[in-house]
Amino acid sequence: MKILESKSISKYFTDPVEFQVLKDISFDIQKGEFTTLVGKSGSGKSTLLYVLSKMDTDYKGKLVIDGQVTGNMTKDELAGLRNEKIGFVFQFHYLLSDFTCLQNVMLPALKLGKLSHQEIEERAYQKLAMLGLSDQALKLSSKLSGGQQQRVAIARALINDPLIIMGDEPTGNLDSKNTKIVFDIFQELSKNYGQTIIAVTHDDDFASKSDRIIELKDGEVIRS
Amino acid sequence: MNINAQIAKTYIVTNKKLTGVAVAGVVLGMSIYIFMNSMLLGFDKSSSKSIFKTTPHIRVYKDDEISRPLVSSNGKKMLLINPKIVPAKNTIINPGLVISSIQKMKDVEIVTSQVNANIFYNSGKSQITGLCSGINPEEADRMYAISSTIVEGSLGALNGNPNGILIGTGVSDKMSLRVNDYVNITSSKGVNKAFKIVGIFKTNNSVIDKTKSYVNVLAAQQLLKEGNVYVTDINVNIKNPDEAEKIATQISASTGYKAEGWKQANETLMAAQRMRKIIITFVSTTILLVAGFGIYNILNMTITQKINDIAILKAMGFKGNDVIRIFVTQAVSVGIMGVIGGMMMATLIITLLQHVYVGGDIGYFPITYEVTKYIQGIVVGMVITFFAGYIPAKKAANIDPVEIFRR
Repeated sequence: MKILESKSISKYFTDPVEFQVLKDISFDIQKGEFTTLVGKSGSGKSTLLYVLSKMDTDYKGKLVIDGQVTGNMTKDELAGLRNEKIGFVFQFHYLLSDFTCLQNVMLPALKLGKLSHQEIEERAYQKLAMLGLSDQALKLSSKLSGGQQQRVAIARALINDPLIIMGDEPTGNLDSKNTKIVFDIFQELSKNYGQTIIAVTHDDDFASKSDRIIELKDGEVIRS
Repeated sequence: MNINAQIAKTYIVTNKKLTGVAVAGVVLGMSIYIFMNSMLLGFDKSSSKSIFKTTPHIRVYKDDEISRPLVSSNGKKMLLINPKIVPAKNTIINPGLVISSIQKMKDVEIVTSQVNANIFYNSGKSQITGLCSGINPEEADRMYAISSTIVEGSLGALNGNPNGILIGTGVSDKMSLRVNDYVNITSSKGVNKAFKIVGIFKTNNSVIDKTKSYVNVLAAQQLLKEGNVYVTDINVNIKNPDEAEKIATQISASTGYKAEGWKQANETLMAAQRMRKIIITFVSTTILLVAGFGIYNILNMTITQKINDIAILKAMGFKGNDVIRIFVTQAVSVGIMGVIGGMMMATLIITLLQHVYVGGDIGYFPITYEVTKYIQGIVVGMVITFFAGYIPAKKAANIDPVEIFRR
């Protein structure tokens, strides 16, 4: 089952000079696939991921997520889509530093508002426990180590049981030990829970262990 | 509490310093605005109060007439080269009718007749010039609140006592007169009459205290060798003193006598008051604008600081409106805290100033808690803080999260 379709997506940067970052990119992603996007820096892989997550709406082409054509959706509708169907993990953890880990994990679910506060809190504890962080839950997110913060960010991405988890170099800032932990989590999610994952990485080792590699060069797909 | 309000609360609580500075900015702007405007109104009230102690809202009298040619023939223009004042009596004819017709007018509260006479107070060899007002005690008291200035004796004793007189402390001190003493008065018409002092008043305006005295209308008419229909002035108080000029014109038109509003009669004071009003309005508005600008900048800064958070929230699925709500909630909370603090601060300053003695006929510093100014301050403060939160939040809400991350 196709969960994401990219049909001839192009994107231009106009500042300082016009430059085509993405050239006519088309591919499908099946449900449950653990896909990595690789390529040299400047190949457009991060830009592509931001387009796929609809955080960047300034592109040409067609993007279908879970059967929904996203072209004509308003920014607010897209925000709702991201909230419910996409979990995003950044290169830097990007946690809200004024909140505790638990609150950070709970935020997307509170926004979605489908469950009661209590249920959300329980779920958040579950996710944190799954990532081995239950003892850190009530600490301010800024007080944790980099690896722990990245794991909190993953827990946050998982809280609404999204269709797709997207990671923009989720291990780019971590040492080998934490990289392994994060990779294992991703692999477990994909194998045991059938979670669809799209991750940008330039760690060949990381990529080689994934189900599928899409390689970009100068804005074009050279392997998929 | 919904999630947006919760986030706003966390921002307020965790950034205590910034919140504090923003609140202090609002407090300062608000309190000075309220205080300055209350001071202005206090000044105005005190100056009109001191005017109304001796001046009615409207004074009706017969103006001097200038002689005019008696005949006017068609085609020819008659002209007097050197006209003079007609030596007519400046009495109001049939004052009873005039008074009752004024009383029927809308917004008129008190109408009372008055007879003024220039006099000398004699006591032994010493003589003091002065002005004696023949009044109807009850009506005049309602108009000038004379009884509130009395330090010895009473105004009531003047009622129905044609030989009683009320004098100022200035006169009583100079002539060492007490209540129940007699004072001899000589009028400009040469009438000599002894009056029994029934009360002594002190207005704190030394010119008035040293010259003025009150007697019954009847006695004043006697001093002027006139009968009991002789009335020089009809004084009118109306509900709203600010409409004196308008009503004076109506009275003038309907009675044919000259009616003069208190603003016209005190043009210098009014000019000073207008000038003061312009200055204070200008200063307080400037303060409010400067404070508003400061509030705007501080809130703008908090949002710029949180721009990354905004991108993260949007990436997690928060909508543009959620972002606006979060920061407007934050701004309005700062506004509410600042407005409450500002009101307390203004109340404190006003209370302190009310206890400062400035002397003269003003006494304590004339400032009161002006409810309308408080309300104005609240409205302006809230509007500024709202927009200080809304404008930058609106800007941040409309951009793609990626544009923020790329910076």
